[in-house]
Amino acid sequence: MSKNLSMRDALRSALHEEMLRDDRVFIMGEEVGRWNGTHKVTRGFFDEFGPERVRDTPISEMAIGGVAVGAAMAGLRPVAEMMTINFALLAFDAIINHAAKIHYMFNGQFTVPLVIRAATGWGNQATATHSHTPEPIWAHFPGLIVGCPSNAYDAKGMLKAAIRDDNPVLFTEVIALYPKPSQIPDDEYIIPIGKSDVKRQGDDVTLVAYGRGVEWALEAANILAKEDIQAEVIDVRWLRPLDMSAVLESFKKTNRCVIVEESLPMYSFGSEIAAQLQEAAFDYMDAPIKRVTAMDVPLPFAREIELMALPNASKVVKAVKEVL
Amino acid sequence: MATKTESLTKETLLDWYRELVLVRKFEDQCHHQYFEEKDPARKITGVYLHLASGSEATHVGAVKALGKDDHVITAYRDHGIAIARGTDPKRVMAEMFGKRTGTSGGKGGSMHLADRSVNFWGGYAIVGGHIPLGVGIALKEKYTKTKNAVLCFIGDGALNNGYFHEAANMAQIWRLPIVFLVENNFVGMGTRIEESSGQTQPTKRAIGYGMKEGPSIDGQNILEVYNTVKAELDWARENGPVLMEAKTYRFEGHGVSDKLYDSRDDLKAELSVWEKRDPINVLRAHLESSFKNLDKDLAKIDAETTQAVQEALDFAIASPAPDYNDLISHVYVGM
Ligand SMILES: Cc1ncc(C[n+]2csc(CCOP(=O)(O)OP(=O)(O)O)c2C)c(N)n1
Repeated sequence: MSKNLSMRDALRSALHEEMLRDDRVFIMGEEVGRWNGTHKVTRGFFDEFGPERVRDTPISEMAIGGVAVGAAMAGLRPVAEMMTINFALLAFDAIINHAAKIHYMFNGQFTVPLVIRAATGWGNQATATHSHTPEPIWAHFPGLIVGCPSNAYDAKGMLKAAIRDDNPVLFTEVIALYPKPSQIPDDEYIIPIGKSDVKRQGDDVTLVAYGRGVEWALEAANILAKEDIQAEVIDVRWLRPLDMSAVLESFKKTNRCVIVEESLPMYSFGSEIAAQLQEAAFDYMDAPIKRVTAMDVPLPFAREIELMALPNASKVVKAVKEVL
Repeated sequence: MATKTESLTKETLLDWYRELVLVRKFEDQCHHQYFEEKDPARKITGVYLHLASGSEATHVGAVKALGKDDHVITAYRDHGIAIARGTDPKRVMAEMFGKRTGTSGGKGGSMHLADRSVNFWGGYAIVGGHIPLGVGIALKEKYTKTKNAVLCFIGDGALNNGYFHEAANMAQIWRLPIVFLVENNFVGMGTRIEESSGQTQPTKRAIGYGMKEGPSIDGQNILEVYNTVKAELDWARENGPVLMEAKTYRFEGHGVSDKLYDSRDDLKAELSVWEKRDPINVLRAHLESSFKNLDKDLAKIDAETTQAVQEALDFAIASPAPDYNDLISHVYVGM
């Protein structure tokens, strides 16, 4: 049996199940309780679990990050919500210098079983300070796990894996995907950390993406299919640890690759995938590897130029045609 | 109030009254263009619009207390502050629409208004982010030995952000000329001050920094706001930072996504109490008790402000959108 749930509700049910399963799991963050969550992922939790387990915090990202790290070290399993990834930048140090390094630096004495959830994504005229998709910069750092689901089904299974893992996880949720539904099985399932997924099969070109990029890649694949071009779409799901196996396998078949991401082009997800591909599969490469990214500018408010700056399916189609 | 109050002329008070009404109508128009307007070419779009209806006396009164060479910086609830500081409402409205003629060329949006020409250093949308910037501007003034001061608005919620702590302490050790004006509307987005702050009397936090604990005032009364802020700015010029508070309210909720007033009876009740202390009515009552025969003046203000908002709207709608060159310009200086 299954239900049609939006990504918002799929995430909510993952959190709900984990809260019921393990009473060390608790939620903290801005507006998560009485306000029911900025993105309503924690709707109803305050009433159900109470203020000890659903903790409204002040607007104190540095402390949300740092306190969650301490609580995790001491044996709780915090799920800390950063209202959006933009504000997680204020907690960069707590997450990078502390969460990601403590296990290593103290030679394994402490673990940091922490999940930081953060809404991510560009668009809707949220403007420069509120329009980041910076997963790749977080994924730069060893010690941290970074995941970003592309649909409701994956979101549920990935979040459950993140909560059960003993490592710190930055789990980002694309705002534009919150309302989009998938069929969610009633039975429990887990999507393991570091496992990518082939979202569509094809022999002509490999599209590699995560998060919202998967949506654009699939849309582009449908357009291309009408011209008899079959794209294979791979959703890496986790930026770190990065599972290249499906990407490599696909590339050996298609010999062409376009990387699609919502984030910025410099030192990016696309740069990393392209670098790994040329190192591991140089002999299979028939065309330059292309990247479709946001433009290299802070995101402006005005709709006309905001849309110009963002990736979309037709930009993916164009890039594919350049490598065929 | 212990502070020396300036005797204010009828003209000045009418001028403030005009400004309060202008800001209110400006924001009401924005609300209309966001929620009611159907024509896409006339609609304000996007996910953010933080109105300050109810807080006009705090915004306008404090800004009016600034000298020409003083400075002001704030968070995202910035429309009235820009207008009070003298930015043309047309350019403010154009920014609300993301037009090229806007204060930020259409690139900043409503949360990121700024007008360098009147020392309005901007609205900033990362909570707390602007506080150290304000301190930096004050540092420049002290460094260059002027007597100019900075007015830094701070939300009550923002006091809990790490930026405030570090910036406040630094302002104090260097005795920088800045007035931190806490715009206390008792709530962040939805979290109340009692739930977010161990110390619910904002000015008391000054003690922890060795800073002057400034007054706590009625933010609905523009005379009180003006007189106290003016006195504190003068104190800050000579002595260093002050932390003061204006108690006020926001009638429209946190932002356009805030529906709490629709669902919570307690908040509805609180709102109706504050609506009785509408800053426009407070000043109007003062005017009417101090001067006779104001009807003509008030009617004139009513007509002029309606017209000014209409002109701003027409200007914004008729203005061009930014283009590709705007998209790629100003990423770096000189590139
Ligand atoms: C660093 C950061 N965290 C969270 C937010 C989201 N946010 C925007 S406004 C706001 C509430 C701010 O409250 P307050 O400072 O009291 O100002 P008010 O809106 O009441 O004027 C929050 C949590 C943000 N913009 N920046």
